[in-house]
Parts: sequence; structure tokens; C-alpha cells
Amino acid sequence: MAALGTAGALTAGAAACSNPEDGGSGGRGTGTSAVVGIAYEPETLSPLLGFGKDGNSKIFDGLLALDADMRLKPALAAALPEVSADGLTYTYRLRQGVTFSDGKPFAAKDVVFTYRTVLDARTNNASKSELDAVKDVRAVGDDTVVFTLKYPYAPFAQRTVHPIVPEHALAGQDVNTGPFTTKPVGTGPYVLTGWSRGEKLSFTANPSYWGGKPAVEKFTMAVIKDDDVRATRLRAGELDGAILPPNLAKGFAGDQGRKTHTAKTYDYRTVTLPTHHEVTGDTAVRRALDLAVDRQTMVDKILEGAGKPAYGPVPTGSEWFAEGTERTHDPDAAKKILDEAGWKPGKDGVRVKDGVRAEFPLWYLSGDKLRQDHALAYASDAKKAGISIKTQAGTWEVIEPRMKQDAVLAGGGSPGDPDFDQYLLLTSSLAGDGFNNMAWYDNKAVDRALTKGRESGDRAVRADAYETVQRELVKNPGYTFLTHIDHLYVVDDSWTGLSTQVEPHDHGLANGPWWNVEDWKPKK
Amino acid sequence: MARMAGRRTLFAVPVLLAVTFGVFAVADASPFDPVKAYTGGAGLTASQETLDQIRANLGVDQPLVSRWWDWLTAVLGGDLGDSSSLRQPVADVLAERVGWSVLLAGTAFLLAVVLGTALGVLAARRRGGRFDRATSGAAYALEAAPVFWLGLLAIWFFSLELGVLPAGGLTDSDSDVVTASQVATHLVLPAAVLGITQLPWFFLFVRQGVGDALDEDPVRGARARGLGERTVLLGHALRSGLLPVLTLIGSRVPELITGALLVETVFSWPGVAAATVEAALAADFPLLAALTVLATAAVLAGNLLSDLLYGLADPRVGFDG
Repeated sequence: MAALGTAGALTAGAAACSNPEDGGSGGRGTGTSAVVGIAYEPETLSPLLGFGKDGNSKIFDGLLALDADMRLKPALAAALPEVSADGLTYTYRLRQGVTFSDGKPFAAKDVVFTYRTVLDARTNNASKSELDAVKDVRAVGDDTVVFTLKYPYAPFAQRTVHPIVPEHALAGQDVNTGPFTTKPVGTGPYVLTGWSRGEKLSFTANPSYWGGKPAVEKFTMAVIKDDDVRATRLRAGELDGAILPPNLAKGFAGDQGRKTHTAKTYDYRTVTLPTHHEVTGDTAVRRALDLAVDRQTMVDKILEGAGKPAYGPVPTGSEWFAEGTERTHDPDAAKKILDEAGWKPGKDGVRVKDGVRAEFPLWYLSGDKLRQDHALAYASDAKKAGISIKTQAGTWEVIEPRMKQDAVLAGGGSPGDPDFDQYLLLTSSLAGDGFNNMAWYDNKAVDRALTKGRESGDRAVRADAYETVQRELVKNPGYTFLTHIDHLYVVDDSWTGLSTQVEPHDHGLANGPWWNVEDWKPKK
Repeated sequence: MARMAGRRTLFAVPVLLAVTFGVFAVADASPFDPVKAYTGGAGLTASQETLDQIRANLGVDQPLVSRWWDWLTAVLGGDLGDSSSLRQPVADVLAERVGWSVLLAGTAFLLAVVLGTALGVLAARRRGGRFDRATSGAAYALEAAPVFWLGLLAIWFFSLELGVLPAGGLTDSDSDVVTASQVATHLVLPAAVLGITQLPWFFLFVRQGVGDALDEDPVRGARARGLGERTVLLGHALRSGLLPVLTLIGSRVPELITGALLVETVFSWPGVAAATVEAALAADFPLLAALTVLATAAVLAGNLLSDLLYGLADPRVGFDG
């Protein structure tokens, strides 16, 4: 109806045409407002359905938060939790005097409500398995929350960056489709003022934020799916910052007024080598592929240098990375392994063993240029070692039923704790459980180490366990890890306080230099 | 006349029913999995148990016919259901978006009818003249040009080269209030592009109709009696020349809807088009069905309207009732 009303104002539009600066495009130089271009839009803004589950949701706070170095710090909790000796009880004391943006006070019951609702079977939250360890959560008075776990789970505190919603705002609503999913209320540094789907999300600084009112008073995320359009609008000054692919970010390298920020990530690309395929299930073939692949060339050519070779889900720069597990590109060693295992070159150069040709299909997501490039480079490297890989494009609907037998060019990665990726990717009991352990990897030594790693609260024990996993992956790789991909952001150089966190596979709203926009200060 | 309208409305009921069933059947047969679309990236690490739970919650594990029947009975009871792709009640999605689509399509349609008719009359006055040849040539070229291509061209020229009009959206990217003047500025390009793609049809029909009427005996007679050129053109020729345009108004509605779909996508206009595409890809049954019903109803109403107008304008045309 509002739209019909504005039809009468059409004639007024003619005047506005000649005045493009009317309303102002972008906040360049003003310091107190920022417009950034993002590529992905969330389906919902309700944490109960998974929004902001990894922290930094701007509208909400979790009990804990992650700082620039990915260390946990208290947020809605007054301090880090007290953990019982058996690792089964986590006690959080809450910060006092915090209010939601609607003015109502925050209390322990809101925490309990949030976690119980996420875990409720009727709530359509696809990420709820991440809180699988929770047996019970209860409030003790107004200022204490106690979690009881089903099994000792060392990374649990990392999961409590999950945003907290106000119980009163959701009273009587359907949590799956109610108004809260588009009109959220939280305790965070920003308040949502508008969400025009497919166009933008607008935020204004929360004046009563417990951490102090942010200096950037107005913050807008413009949803621009196309990379080229985003770059164009950044250049035109409509945006103050944007995420860009490496080739487009390059165009801004010489720009005095803008800076390129490179975020290190856990975002890997890997090839699954299914245990149930007679070629990829052979350990000799797996090891040969691991050595035949030229990772550095992929980084240089496909990623234009914005990335690193990957040898497992743990990036080489991580403190959890097991030094010495890097595999250098060594085609001769690869051929030697295959020769010794009885894979002899056939007439057409493809190796054969007991009548089985060394060939298998490799699927990649159609339309994903990056995955296609990785798949083609991998196939070409493998061919030099005598293994024939047929690359095929398909949607997930086509690929999923074939994952048990066929190789897939997969991507993933969540920073924080080494358990997050490795447990789901490598545990034999999770083989074929949705997209977990796509390669049906089955290694008892790895299973034992993964369990030890998630149960022990002792950092040295955990480091030892994850080192074991990485060394086992050298002996018997179930995947060929190819690269970890950097994410690039170009932002106006008019603020101080910009930094980037280590980022996950998904390009969520929380990522990019604006992960801490509440801490930005205008440059004088 | 009232009988015709009533009969057509009654006839529309089975058509709409069949269309909604068709939508459910086609979406059901599509390879897209609603649960996968719903869970997105999070679904890749979700356990099978969680995925099964969501499948049951969304009700997409039910057989096709019972899902359609449940939807239909709920709709008749006034509940349009919830959109799974937008996590909102379908009624809210429509309330938020339909107005913007109507504004865009209405403006474009008005532009096409008014401008098309005016140019058509001018061209018909001197057929074969310089103005006629130029406008007719342009009209045939426009008829062949794809809508999205024109949209991109318009963005390139007016937004990037000249920098006088915004490239997309409903308002400026840093503005969070919807003001009339901002909407008007942002409406210019999409409405002009959509209107211009519809214009050739009206132009060519009016040019032909008015031109033929000018050659007819009554008009020649009127001229012979010494009536002014203006009176002849507007009073005599235009009246009979406009008849075909009335039929055209109804039959252009489907074109207008598909055209709006493309224009909304190119200009990130927050109408129902983007929602339609999203609903189809996500196998979002309730939203897709509601949008299809709306589009079908618009087409049926357009046809009825043009038949009624035709009957009113020319008494020789009876109402089929």
C-alpha cells in the first residue's frame, strides 16, 4: 500500500534526477557512517535458527566472544566459565546491568531460553548438532547459568559465543517464522533499523551498549551478489568497503584512499578419496596423489597468490599445525609409490593393477569457477603420475547420491578449535552422515586420537592427539587437501581500528574487517 | 455484461485450482530438495538426525496430494502458510513486496500505453513520412531486444557513464528510510526500461488502426465537410483506431509480468520477482503457489478487462454471455 502512495510522487522524481547527490551515496570521509558491500545475505536474523552462531553478529552478544587473535574473552558473561574437573559442568557468571535494545534487562533466563529453544526438536536450526554435547542448561538465580554436558567436550566454551536472544521478545511467536526472524532484538553494539531483502541491511549504533556506544553510528551492508557490480559501486564511491575476489581486488592496489585487507582463513579446498572406490580406496594411490599434486602452483595461478598450500584442515599457520607434515610436490616419488604397489603403466599411460585401471570421476559444484579450476589442475597433476581423473560438474542434488563411490571437490573450514573440522571430517562413525566424512574415511588410530582430543581439557594432551591425526593423514590420506584460501577486502582508509579475524569457509556477515566495526574510530 | 464477468469468474476457479496443483506437482518433481535449500551451508555439517527432524517440521515428507490438500484447505481458511525460503508468513511476504511490483509494472504500463498511443497517432498522420519511418524502425528493433539486455544497457549509460541515475535498489544504499523522492529516482530506470519494452506493441497497433481509419469513408467525408484536422484525427479516426489497443491491454499482462521479473532482478527491485525465483529454486511450495495464483489471476483479470472495454467501446461487439 505504501508503494501505491508513492506513485503520486513520481513527478517529484524528475527534480531528484538532476540532483544525484541528494540523500548522499555512501559515507565516504564522514567517519560516522559506513556502507559495505557483501556477497551473501542471511536467510534469517534469528540466532535460534543459526544466525551469528560463530559470534560477531552485531545485533547480539554471546556469553563469550573471540578477539582478533581468536582467543575467548567474556561478553555477556562477566568472566570465562568455571569448568569442573571432569569437564562436564560449565558455570558462567553473567555481566550485570546489561539491557536489550528494547530496554528490558538481560538475565539468566534469556540464556536458558536461547539454548533450550535451539535444541528443541521443533526448531528448524540446522546447526544444532554443534551443541550436541549439551545435556542440560539451567539458571541459578538471575546471574548464573550452569551447563551440564553429556560427555566431556573440550571446545565447548567456544560454542558459547552463540548469540543470546530475549525470552520476552519471542513470547507467543513461532520461532521458525515469527516476526523475530526479521526484526531481531539483542544486546549487541548495533540495532537493526531495516532489512530490505536482496538489497541491504541497515544498522544504527546502540546508544546503551554495555561496551560503550560505537563511533560509527550508521552501518549499512549492501547485498550485491555480483562481484563486478560490487567493484563498480565501490569505485563509484557508493560503498566504503567490499569483499572482492583476488583479480578485482588487484585493481584497487594503487588506490591511495583505499586499503586491501587480507584475512587468513580455515577455508580449504580438498578432494575426497572415497574408501569404497577400488582405486581411491587404495592407500598407495592416495599417497601418490598427495605427492603428485602441485599445491604451490594452484596458489600462484588459481588464487593469484592469495592463499596457502593445505595439507589437512588445519592451516599451516595455525598453532595446531603439526610441523613436518608438509608434502612437497614430488612426481617421481609418486610414481615410485605406484610402481611398488603394482600399478603398472598401460598402453595409454594410465596405470593398471589386476585389470583395474587407475581412473575415477571427480565431481565439482557446477558454476563454481574456483572449484572447477582446482579440479582441472588436480586432474592434470594426477595424469602426469598415470592416474586418469574425469572431472564432472553437477549440483549437490546430482553429487550427493554418488559421494560414497565418487571423488568430490569439497570445501569447508571453521576456525576456533581443531575439533570442529577434524572430528566431522574424519571420524569413521560419521561416514555418510549427511555431508560429514564424505570420503568414508576409516582409521582406528585417527578415531582414537579425535576422541582424546575432544575429551581432554589438557592442552598438551590435545596438541599431541591432533599431531597424531595429522601424521596419520600423511600415512593414509583420505582426502587430498589442496589450498587454504585468503579472503580479500578493500576498504576506505578513513578509520583506525580495522583488523581481520581468521575466517571460516562461509562468508558470513560477521567476517571481513567490519567484524569489529563497533571499535572503529574516524581518522582525524 | 455482469453475466459475462460472473461467468468468467466462475470459470477462473477450476483454472486456478489446476494451476496450484500443477505448481505443487512440478516443484515436487524437481530435483531440488527443500530441506537442502532451507539449511543451506549449515546443512553441510548437520547430522542426518537434524536434517530428518527439519524435514518432518517443514512437512515436506508428506505425499504430494496431501500436501496440496493441506495447503488448499488452509488457504481457504485464510492462512497462506509460511515461506520456507524467506522464513516468514507468505502473507507478510506479499504485503511487503506486491506493492512495489504493482508500482513498477503500473508505471511502466501507463508509460507504454500513453507514449505508444501518442507516437502511434503522430506516425499515422503521415504514413511513410520521416517521423513514421524512424519510429517504426525503432519499434521493430525494440520488439526484438531482450529486456535484461536493455536493462544492463540503461545501467551502463545512465549510472556508470553519465552518473545521473542510481543503478539499483529502492533507495540509496546508506539510507534506511523509504522516502517518496528516493523511490521516484530509483523507479525511473526500471520503469522506463520495462515500459519501453512494452511500448512497440501499442505504438504499432495504434499506428495501423488510426492509419486505416484515416483512409475510411466516414473520415474522408468528415474532411470533405471541412472539419478541422484535429477534430478528424481525435474525434473520428482515434475512436475506431483505438479499438485494437483495448484488446491489447489485456493480452499484454502476461508479457508485463515476465518482463517485470527480469527487470526486478536486473535492478535489485524488492518486488515479488526475486521472491518468485528464490521460491522456485528452494522448492518453497506455499510461496510459489501463492505467487503463481496471483500471476494467473492477473492474466485472467486482464483478459476480462479487455473484453469488457471492447464491448463498451464498440456496441457491435456483444458480451459472450
